[in-house]
Amino acid sequence: MASHQPNPWRLPAPSGSWLAVLGRNFLVWRKLAIPSLVGNIAEPLIWLVAFGYGMGALVGQVSYNGQTIPYLLFLASGSVCMSAMNAATFEALYSAFSRMHVQKTWDGILNAPVNLDAVVLAEMLWAAFKALFAVTSILFVMLALNISHSPKLLLAWPILLLTGITFSCLALIFNALAKGYDFFTYYFTLFLTPMMFLSGVFFPLDRLPSWVTALAQLLPLTHAVALVRPLFMDDWPTQPWLHLGVLIGTAVVAFWLALALTRRRFAS
Amino acid sequence: MPPLARIVKGSAYTVTDMTQTAASQPLLEVTQLTKRYQGVTAVDSLSFTLQAGECLGVLGPNGAGKTTTLRMCLGHTTADEGEVHYRFHPTDGMLRMPTDASRIKASLGVVSQFDALDPDFSCEENIVVFGRYYGLRGADVRRRARELLDFAVLSGRAHARPNELSGGMKRRLSLARALVNDPKLLILDEPTTGLDPQARHLMWERLQQLMQQGKSILLTTHFMDEAERLCHRLIIVDHGQKIAEGTPRQLIEQHIEPEVVELFGQGASTHAHGPCRALAQRVETSGETVFMYTHQAAPLLQALQQHAPGVRTLHRPANLEDLFLKLTGRQIREGA
Repeated sequence: MASHQPNPWRLPAPSGSWLAVLGRNFLVWRKLAIPSLVGNIAEPLIWLVAFGYGMGALVGQVSYNGQTIPYLLFLASGSVCMSAMNAATFEALYSAFSRMHVQKTWDGILNAPVNLDAVVLAEMLWAAFKALFAVTSILFVMLALNISHSPKLLLAWPILLLTGITFSCLALIFNALAKGYDFFTYYFTLFLTPMMFLSGVFFPLDRLPSWVTALAQLLPLTHAVALVRPLFMDDWPTQPWLHLGVLIGTAVVAFWLALALTRRRFAS
Repeated sequence: MPPLARIVKGSAYTVTDMTQTAASQPLLEVTQLTKRYQGVTAVDSLSFTLQAGECLGVLGPNGAGKTTTLRMCLGHTTADEGEVHYRFHPTDGMLRMPTDASRIKASLGVVSQFDALDPDFSCEENIVVFGRYYGLRGADVRRRARELLDFAVLSGRAHARPNELSGGMKRRLSLARALVNDPKLLILDEPTTGLDPQARHLMWERLQQLMQQGKSILLTTHFMDEAERLCHRLIIVDHGQKIAEGTPRQLIEQHIEPEVVELFGQGASTHAHGPCRALAQRVETSGETVFMYTHQAAPLLQALQQHAPGVRTLHRPANLEDLFLKLTGRQIREGA
């Protein structure tokens, strides 16, 4: 009977106007950029001071990939990935949900010649931009604190953008399923918090039981950390294509799923 | 609304019949549209057309399928069966929803039931940013925004945020925003619901002005006075089906007796079955009020004076609300 109904799994076909949607979010953000910059820098600084200097005094050095490095460097390189994850997730969950469901901004936009694919694409890129903005400010703070001066940090930058993209795609899946803000608590407690502790941000994975290490390999944040940490150490990551492949693959599948679920949500 | 207001308006009203002079090729053509939600048919083989320059009103009780119909016309949801076609200019090709959604929406202006304004932007920015979705930018769109704010009587509020505006101002800002692309067809979902009389009248005046500029309008409404005032033609839908169609005058002439005598006050309802009953063609009761529909009110009024001296009466011409209530019933719908 429902022969007219389009397949929600069809390929993404965003209209060209997605750039205007991205521009809309940028204009709102510009009004609030300075306060958000303070938050972006303050939060990772608290992590670094509390854990890096506090725990670092206890732990001193850690061995990573056969090298011994200061704990502060170990933590800083992991926590910058975590910041990319958190910044993208918050934007693509809470802020995107406000625009989609509470403010009905999306509904207004969809009355113009902009399709849903374009809106979802713009939201995804926007959350990734927010992550990039956050990590950029953090990287400058880390440079100022003399934590790393590796020229390879320039390469960490696009990888952190990719990390932001991956996590904003994942978050948009939950955005598409959410009935209210409460739903996002599940995502944080069941998915993001375990990932924070199992991806080698705070401690090396090789100390954990082997089944946990195997589980950690399934988490995208593990692969972001595995790429970024060696660059902080002025070293090259091992198996870079594997890690990049996991991040890109997760992003593609998650975006497709998020788009299909959002299309289904809006079609009803 | 007090009944007296209806008398004044109902008798003073004249409408020009657009359907006779309109072009044969409609701007919007909806054919056999059907939409089901989990086995419930929300819209059932609905067909209608809208001619260029025309204002077509879609009337119906809550849950009749009005908003679903508009959503299908806008391509927000896909019909299970049926077609929606647009032709914005006689020499243009026919555009089909949802295949040509972007091209169609470039010529539409939409005001939805709930204002979806951007709370973080000023009134002016709301219009300018919306213009960008149509590819408008720079000084042109800013000039256009100022013109539209002027049109919406919001020039003094250009830098205010939407949450600083009254309900009527917000609705006018929504209208101004919907006009940024100079649309051919305006689609309005209950444009004056929740507004006070002054705000409603200003909205009507602006919509009439837009029609004089040659814009076409498709609107849904609950207000019969709004439908009578604005719409050249009406369709009445209930349970997803079209149950009547025509100009407001035609509909009243076709479906109901021209005059109404309302009885109210203590004991009024007893006269629904009394000796005066035979003088009315049709009688309806709603609580303690009796509505007697007749072709000739004079003998009825005389008889009432005799048989029901204590009962208050109101004699008025039949209007759209009478028609609407006859066709869709007086009962409150569940969920309404």
